[in-house]
Amino acid sequence: MPEKDIVLKHPKDPSALLDVIRDVQARSGRVSDAAVGRIAAHLKLSEAEVRGAVTFYHFFSLDPRGASTVYLNDSITSRMKGRQAVAGVFEEEAGCRFGEVSPDGSIGLFPTSCIGMSDQEPSAVIDGVIFTNLTPLKVRHLVRALRAGRPAQDLVGEYGDGANQSDLVRAMVVNNIRRRGPVLFGPHQLGEAVRKAVSMTPEAVIEEIKRARLLGRGGAGFPTGLKWDFCRREQQAPHYVVCNADEGEPGTFKDRVVLTELPDLVFEGMAVAGYAVGAEEGVLYLRAEYAYLRPHLEAVLAGLRRANFLGRNIAGSPTFHFDITIKLGAGAYVCGEESALLESAEGKRGEPRNRPPFPVQIGYRDRPTTVNNVETLCTAARILVHGAAWFCSMGTPKSSGTKLLSVSGDCERPGVYELEFGLTVDELLDMAGAKDAFAVQVGGASGTMIGRRDFGRRISFEDLPTGGSIMIFGPWRDLLEIAAGFMDFFIEESCGWCTPCRVGNVLLKKKLEKVLSGRGTRQDLAELESWGKLVKTMSRCGLGQTSPHPILSTLQNFRELYDAIIDQNKEHVPEFDLTEATLESARLTHRRPILGETAHE
Amino acid sequence: MNEITFSIDGKACKARPGQTIVEAAKSNGVYIPTLCHFEGLRPVGSCRICTVRSGGRYMAACTQVILEGMAIENAVPDLEDLRRAIIEMLFVSGNHFCPACEKSGNCELQALAYRCQMLAPRFPYLWPVRTIDAQAPRLMLDRNRCVRCLRCVRGILNKDGKKVFAAGLRSYEATIEVDRTLAADLAEEDARRAADNCPVGAILLKGKGFAQPIGTRRFDHAPIGSDVKKEAGR
Repeated sequence: MPEKDIVLKHPKDPSALLDVIRDVQARSGRVSDAAVGRIAAHLKLSEAEVRGAVTFYHFFSLDPRGASTVYLNDSITSRMKGRQAVAGVFEEEAGCRFGEVSPDGSIGLFPTSCIGMSDQEPSAVIDGVIFTNLTPLKVRHLVRALRAGRPAQDLVGEYGDGANQSDLVRAMVVNNIRRRGPVLFGPHQLGEAVRKAVSMTPEAVIEEIKRARLLGRGGAGFPTGLKWDFCRREQQAPHYVVCNADEGEPGTFKDRVVLTELPDLVFEGMAVAGYAVGAEEGVLYLRAEYAYLRPHLEAVLAGLRRANFLGRNIAGSPTFHFDITIKLGAGAYVCGEESALLESAEGKRGEPRNRPPFPVQIGYRDRPTTVNNVETLCTAARILVHGAAWFCSMGTPKSSGTKLLSVSGDCERPGVYELEFGLTVDELLDMAGAKDAFAVQVGGASGTMIGRRDFGRRISFEDLPTGGSIMIFGPWRDLLEIAAGFMDFFIEESCGWCTPCRVGNVLLKKKLEKVLSGRGTRQDLAELESWGKLVKTMSRCGLGQTSPHPILSTLQNFRELYDAIIDQNKEHVPEFDLTEATLESARLTHRRPILGETAHE
Repeated sequence: MNEITFSIDGKACKARPGQTIVEAAKSNGVYIPTLCHFEGLRPVGSCRICTVRSGGRYMAACTQVILEGMAIENAVPDLEDLRRAIIEMLFVSGNHFCPACEKSGNCELQALAYRCQMLAPRFPYLWPVRTIDAQAPRLMLDRNRCVRCLRCVRGILNKDGKKVFAAGLRSYEATIEVDRTLAADLAEEDARRAADNCPVGAILLKGKGFAQPIGTRRFDHAPIGSDVKKEAGR
């Protein structure tokens, strides 16, 4: 279809902006000046605004990205599993560096943040198709085949397990479900939860969820029942349910597995939420990295409509109507923050909103909205079926139920584990086959790095909270390099809206680099700590409020690693070496620098 | 109308419901330093300089609505240092050379640095490479001085309500873009407003350099925020 028609087939509504850009990008491999003009005219936006949306997201671009576009994951686990060698072969075969397009225009190479495949790294998204467990040899064949014009989907060798094999997915991704617990993976009869919900009053549904003390599973841990209650009580209509399927925290991938194997439960959970808060419309915001699951998810939605668990008069209810649409992201970690997600779902740059007002007050399309994580919604559906008492019989007093953990890194059995809250890190490491673990990153890049003396601590909201990401590091890993890698991630993913996050993370990384280069002093460590607190305190959203954690938690738990590389005897070492910095000018002026002073030759 | 009672640094104050902390403070003669805030524009809380503390929680005073009974901490040493740090961040993350800048004396960033007693920044200068967009006929956008306050994005629309300025990119590289097509048709008065709204020297009118002599400029005689007490006393 010509680009012009692609633009015109979309509604003349600014909220369609990201959808139009996505289609144009898919067709032309870029959004050209001409396309920007067309889109702006069609949606009645300024061209600068259209450009602003294009340049915000990883998977959109104003410049050509090649006939085939490779987005090679650049997460810590990917680096641990041999990314460097794989990247080298990509560059060699394509004949260009990452960030560039090959001279013949056939292949574009680009890095991207964690794509949710930490249990099967190194991995890449190539023309929307996922490639996992990449090796130099595989990459060589892959690039040659792409260059010969073969579609990426045809290059997927063996399919993974479960629904990954379905005709609608056909992915080489494997589920790696290592432990099936009773909540998420227990036997479930389709529609059970929705039927139960409509047999109760919405207030009773909310009451049951409150009694279960369900806390949000995405990481922040807000009480779900309370959120639904707030949303329900808002006078403005309509209300919306939004499912946050934008898990971007490095090292997490459990929602990928849930969306693959339990999508009906996710949608049932959304319907239950819709019933509880008085919504008739739900939106699943799916991260672009998981776009390969979309046809599968659409088919499941269609099935639920046929079975009357979605649509009008659901499960025989005279009053309850609810349906779900899927909105795609375009590559941006910050969109996992609920208000940024809403902005993105409305077709804008994914910049977080000021809070208050909270989404339950003013959310999607400025209406009261409950935004819940994939796992939270599934869990809520199951609580409704089996009751709060059943749920509270598992876990700890403040963290009832089970949690899905995404385990990756230096262990024998990476994958998804459904476990009761309250288990110790040691117990988890045992299950995962990581006897010699030296450090564990709990909760992803924004979480905490702990060492052996903390392995007796419990995974729970009261002790070690996590949205699910568990990265394991063996004793041979350089933890401070890993912390530096996490800082690179936050620098890249900051939306740039507020000063402390936009600038502070860069300053923190620069300071960390100084320390890693061996030029650090105790003063530098003190500054790392105080600047880290500054960024946490002053930032506008959860990203900046947690981005200094890689530095702060390693300073707290691995201080000895820092102490070993700083100069203990000096009060201060400048940021730069004066002699080195003046070398070029000294050469040009035929002078010779001597210990910071300059003398004639 | 119900009146809200609250306090700032122990001083008993009154406010109208719905006022932001910045507005409420101002009407009680208390100055809270702001930069991205601009009266009449939707507050965005991007610079974070107005951060205050209430009940141990930090919040941007320009976006947070005042609530009954709030005990706000404003001019306390640790907060003042945090604000100074933010101002320093803005200085080191741009290329700000006050003596050569047309906005010097009218610049709110410079004035805040004086008022908040910034000396040498605690952070290393980052010396970013930034571009200047001088294609628009009436104005130029010098990104070296931009602090991403988003005043231009919020305030300068064409007659159809389209944004003449828009946010671009992400992260530390985040920029402000000026729409070539719309800027080409920008009326003189709108261009002047864009330049006047800009707190720094990032948006300047072409052909109008240094019309106002140094020494007669906005902050040449009294620090930024000096007007607050006067207005409250009216």
